[in-house]
Amino acid sequence: MKLLGLLAGCALMAGAASNDTFLIRDADVYPVTGPVMQGVSVLVQDGKIADIGAKLTPPKGIRIVEAKGLRVYPGMIDSATELGLQEIESVRETEDTGEIGQFMPQLRALAAVNPASEHFPVVRVNGITSVMTFPSSGSAGAGGGGGGRFGGGERQFISGQAALIHTDGWTWDDMAVKPFAALHLIFPSMPRAGRGGGASGNPDTAPAAVAGGAAGGVAQAKQAYQAQIDSINQFFDDARVYQKAKAANLPGFRTDLKFEAMIPVLDGKVPVAITASRASAIHDAVQFAGKQNVKIVILEPRDLKQAAAELKEKNIPVILGRVLALPENEDDAYDSAHTLAAEAYKAGVKFALGTFGNEFVRNLPYEAAAAVAFGLPYDEALKAITINPAQIWGVADQVGSVEKGKWADLIVTNGDPLEVQTQISHLYMKGKEVELNNRQIELYHKYLNRP
Amino acid sequence: MRIAIAALLALAPLGAQTIAIQNATILTVTHGTIKGSILVRDGKIAEVGDKVLVPSGATVIDATGQYVIPGMVDAHTHIAADGGVNEGSISDSSMVDIRDVLNPEDIALYRALAGGETTIHILHGSANAVGGQCVTIKTRWGKDAHGLIFQGAPPGIKFALGENPKRSGNPTGRTATGAAPAARYPATRMGVEDTIRQAFTDAKAYQAEWNEYRAKVARGENAIPPRKDLRLEPLVEVLQGTRIVSCHGYRADELLMMLHVAKDFGFKIDLFVHGLEGYKIADEIAAQGAGVSTFSDWWIYKVEAADAIPYNAAILAKKGIVVSLNSDDAELMRHINIEAAKIMKYGRLSENDALAMVTLNPAKQLRVDKWVGSIDAGKDADLAIYDKYPLSASAKVLKVLIDGTVYFDRDKALADNLKAQQDRQKLIEKEKQNQTRQQPARRPTV
Repeated sequence: MKLLGLLAGCALMAGAASNDTFLIRDADVYPVTGPVMQGVSVLVQDGKIADIGAKLTPPKGIRIVEAKGLRVYPGMIDSATELGLQEIESVRETEDTGEIGQFMPQLRALAAVNPASEHFPVVRVNGITSVMTFPSSGSAGAGGGGGGRFGGGERQFISGQAALIHTDGWTWDDMAVKPFAALHLIFPSMPRAGRGGGASGNPDTAPAAVAGGAAGGVAQAKQAYQAQIDSINQFFDDARVYQKAKAANLPGFRTDLKFEAMIPVLDGKVPVAITASRASAIHDAVQFAGKQNVKIVILEPRDLKQAAAELKEKNIPVILGRVLALPENEDDAYDSAHTLAAEAYKAGVKFALGTFGNEFVRNLPYEAAAAVAFGLPYDEALKAITINPAQIWGVADQVGSVEKGKWADLIVTNGDPLEVQTQISHLYMKGKEVELNNRQIELYHKYLNRP
Repeated sequence: MRIAIAALLALAPLGAQTIAIQNATILTVTHGTIKGSILVRDGKIAEVGDKVLVPSGATVIDATGQYVIPGMVDAHTHIAADGGVNEGSISDSSMVDIRDVLNPEDIALYRALAGGETTIHILHGSANAVGGQCVTIKTRWGKDAHGLIFQGAPPGIKFALGENPKRSGNPTGRTATGAAPAARYPATRMGVEDTIRQAFTDAKAYQAEWNEYRAKVARGENAIPPRKDLRLEPLVEVLQGTRIVSCHGYRADELLMMLHVAKDFGFKIDLFVHGLEGYKIADEIAAQGAGVSTFSDWWIYKVEAADAIPYNAAILAKKGIVVSLNSDDAELMRHINIEAAKIMKYGRLSENDALAMVTLNPAKQLRVDKWVGSIDAGKDADLAIYDKYPLSASAKVLKVLIDGTVYFDRDKALADNLKAQQDRQKLIEKEKQNQTRQQPARRPTV
């Protein structure tokens, strides 16, 4: 009896404490996956969207959030960050990306996420509810020139497991949406003509190689490049041998953490997110994927014009880097980075946006808006930071749109979330209201009211 | 005589043509938003209003559905300075001048222009407590270095506080020869203050020497002029108030220190650049009439930027300080209008107050506001035309005028670039053919 009472008490407490059941009333709902629904209510039960409609009969006593004149959107998703792994860019002690080692598939970004990082409250007040956090950001412009910024400076190929996480939680366990959302591979790239060879970074020999046409330097660089790709293939081949040995339970089989981590990738359950910027690197990455029969996503492609046809044909999605970025070459059109998203759309390549860093994750919606300025249809821009990333990272059944059955990752706004001036009035993650506060807002009030 | 004048008129430069921008929404900054026209004559704004008579022969730009704002002003940039911006060998480098290294062919100039920036201040870097001399230019892409300079704009100088100037006092790593690099004074914020105070102490003494010399000459006495000191000359100009003072700083303590230095030596700080913790000492900054040129939302990229908040500009503005938003970056300067929009979000400033932070306010800080920074009759015709409401990330620049001349036209820019890409491709093809032809005959293998 005593036990029963205790249990009942617990249940009551849980009921009282569970704030993930409520009704948003009379809002304009922008589901992203369908047309706008004006003046409807959203019923959230146990953290999930239970119903959306004009005439819902909510359970008695349910908490009501009045939202007349306000809009409901899905929370936004940034497809490339280092959130939780990097606090202050210039302080090595606060940086946990870019481990030492060339092939490190066993490294888990998730387990190094600091849930108390000040970055999380900063990004979520701007409506970003989920992010991909990478064990190494790779290096963008260079087409994958090196691993993390630290990590001993060694050339990395596989930097580890990227995680899709919520931007709120007491622990990284709480935050995990998909602990192993992608394996991060930084693809090698051919050095550019005239710019220090890949094999020999010797500035004295490289120009000579160019002057001499297809002479030693270039051939050498090609060889080194091919050797790097071979080593990646070798690693995948070895992992497959391991997988077979394990399946066959061969005598003397011993667990190998690296190869163990490769199994879901080889099974096609987890995609390989490949940093590849230039057309040749993208092409070779696609070839590599075909040969290894693995699913891939291309990170931060720049030469989309040349690569688009192949990406579309193979149905390979891409994560575009910052829209507001400089052109790669001096003689590129001044808006060449701004128009990449529109190009991807026109070519039929599936894409999502990433900010590739931490400092400007909160500007993700404005990056999407800038893509609209330079030719991307508005609806596609919104998809690029909501449903598209959810689909690309395999969680579209849980997040990315306002639909029945999904987690209530929602923002309530007074306008278009891609417009800078729009204010967010409520934010929910798994149906739990998250306070729209952070240290910056506290400092604002503190010093605005300084006597 | 009359013929001569007519001939001169015919030879007048392109900028002297008359242009009418019609049917636009005009954000003037000084007198609200108008639906109407802007008449440009002789490089200046001749008239702005809803009823502007367009003289016959004027070139008409139909801006129906479009928006016009003043060409934007950026008080903190480092572009078009060939060969680096830091004379990092010494802590006190006031003798060096960005004017001497202006590179009119830096593509960043063109890109800034394409983003609607027409006036920019090019600063020395922040490696030294007392940095070099700075210059205000217009982004007149295609002109030579001399043609870029904003005539009449006072010259500047830059000081730097905090992590950057003390970095060389705490060297890490090895030099090319394998030796540990020698530490350079200062290594602390205390040393930074000392370096700046020493420089101004020297400048005061130097100024006194010259004053004494000039007094003697005035009295008709025989006098030997003091030895000219190129390091101290610009600091004397600071003391005289004829040189713009920019001071790089982040933390409230170091900004306050510099306010004390300025007070003690009797000069004004035109603008703190960065000033990310300015909001903590807004009253002190306001009391001394200093300006701040800050970022909208940069933060945490270094320790001294950990307390940076996107509300900084709003707090400072609410305390009556002249605040501008700067880029310090060749990319950010291409869309500084978005930074203004952010201040409408963070701190909820009005559209006009926010827009002023990238137009009139930086113009005031650089003391060029009688020429630029707003759309008023008599000012330079520096204008940016947008396709949509410009305080938004989904708007883009269509045309930019400087001194009444169209320096950027998006349609033309894209067409030109396409042509250039095609020409480039042709040259590559041609070169390939050349190489095939010139390839030596294979040596017989037998």
